[in-house]
Amino acid sequence: MELLVSDLSVARGGVPVLEGLNFRLAAGHALILRGPNGIGKTTLLRTIAGLQPPLAGRISLDREAMTYAAHADGLKATLTVEENLAFWAAVFGTDEVGAALEGFALRDLRARLAGALSAGQKRRLGLARLLVTGRPVWVLDEPTVSLDVEAVAMFVRAVRAHLAGGGMALMATHIDLGLDEAAVLDVGPFRARATQEDHFDGVFL
Amino acid sequence: MRDLRLAMRAGGGFGLGLAFFLIVVTLVPFGVGPETGLLARIAPGILWLGALLACLLSLDRILALDWEDGSLDLLATSPLPLEGIVTMKALAHWITTGLPLVIASPLFGVLMSLPEAGYAPLVLSLLLGTPALSVIGTFGAALTVGIKRGGLLLSLLVLPLYVPTLIFGAEMARRGAEGTATSTPMLMLAGISAGVIALLPFASGAVLRVNLR
Repeated sequence: MELLVSDLSVARGGVPVLEGLNFRLAAGHALILRGPNGIGKTTLLRTIAGLQPPLAGRISLDREAMTYAAHADGLKATLTVEENLAFWAAVFGTDEVGAALEGFALRDLRARLAGALSAGQKRRLGLARLLVTGRPVWVLDEPTVSLDVEAVAMFVRAVRAHLAGGGMALMATHIDLGLDEAAVLDVGPFRARATQEDHFDGVFL
Repeated sequence: MRDLRLAMRAGGGFGLGLAFFLIVVTLVPFGVGPETGLLARIAPGILWLGALLACLLSLDRILALDWEDGSLDLLATSPLPLEGIVTMKALAHWITTGLPLVIASPLFGVLMSLPEAGYAPLVLSLLLGTPALSVIGTFGAALTVGIKRGGLLLSLLVLPLYVPTLIFGAEMARRGAEGTATSTPMLMLAGISAGVIALLPFASGAVLRVNLR
C-alpha cells in the first residue's frame, strides 16, 4: 500500500495552479504539505481524493483505501453527535463509533445536537469521522482549524495511532503539529507557470 | 443507504409540500368560483398541477444542504457510488414529498368535488407519476448544485422535463373521472417513470461529478 504521485499538475477553475509534483508516501508514514494561501494545496488534495481529474500526471492510489476530510465537516446540525458518526459508520460499513467518540473526547457530548456544538467541537467530530471510516489513507485539508492546543494533541495522538496501525496521512496545515516523524513538502516551488485551458473547462471560462 | 434517508428526513422541511398542495387546491375554488360542475371537470388537472408544484418546492433542498455542509464531497469519496447516492436522495425526496401527496390526494379530491369514479385513478396516477417527478427533480438539483440561488434556474430546467409526466398523469386522472378507459395513459405514465428511474440516476451521478470539480 503506497501513494505514488508522479509529475502531477492540478488546475482550479481551468487555471493550472501546481505542476510537476512528485512524491511517494508509504504505509506508516505521514506527509505534511505546506505553502502560502492560494498556492493550490486544497486543489491538490481534492485531486488526490478523486473529486477532480488531474491536468496531467498520475496518481496511484486505491480509491477504496482513501478518506478525505475538507474544510467543511459534513455534519448534520439536526442529528446528535453519535447519530452523525453512526451515519458515516454505516456508509463505510464499519462499527467503530465508540472508539471514535473516545479518541476525540466526545463521549460526554454524544447526545448533543451537532448544531449546538462549538466550532472546535464540530471539528473534533469531523475528525472523529476519520476513525469511523476505517480507511488506511487519510487525506486531510487543514485538520486543525479552530482546535485548541489540547485538541491538536488529541489529533496528533490519533494520527500516530493510525500510522502505527499501518495507515498513511497526507495533510495540508499551517501550524506546527509536533508530529516530528512526518515528512514536510513545501509546494511553493511547484507553482504553475504556463496557462493552458483544458477542453472541458475552457468552454465555461 | 437507509441512513441517508434518515439524514435527509432530519434536515428537510417535511410536510411543507403537503401544506403548499393544500393551499393551491383550496385557492382554486376561490379563483374560478364554487360551481361544482366546472370544478369537477378541472379537478384532475388542478390536482396534478398542485402536486407537481408542491414537488418542485422542495427540490433545491435535495442536494444543496449536503453541498453547503460539505457532506457531498465526503459522500463522493465514500464507498457508495454517486449513482446510488442520488437514487437514495430521490427516494428520500419521494418519501417526504411524493408519498404524502399520494396519500392525501383523495382528501383534496373532495375539496375539488372530484366525481366518485375518479378517486382510484387519481391516486394511482399520482403513485405512478410522482417517483418520476422526484427522480427528474434530483437530476435538476444535481445540475444546479453549487449555484447561488439555483432554485429558480432549477425550476426553469425541471418544469419542461415534467411535461410528459404531467400530460399522461393528468390525462389518466381525467379519463378516470369521466369513467373512460385509463389503461393507455397509465401504461405511458408507468413507462415514463420506469425509464426515468432506470436512466436518470446515471446522468445525475455524472453531472454531480462534474459539478464537484
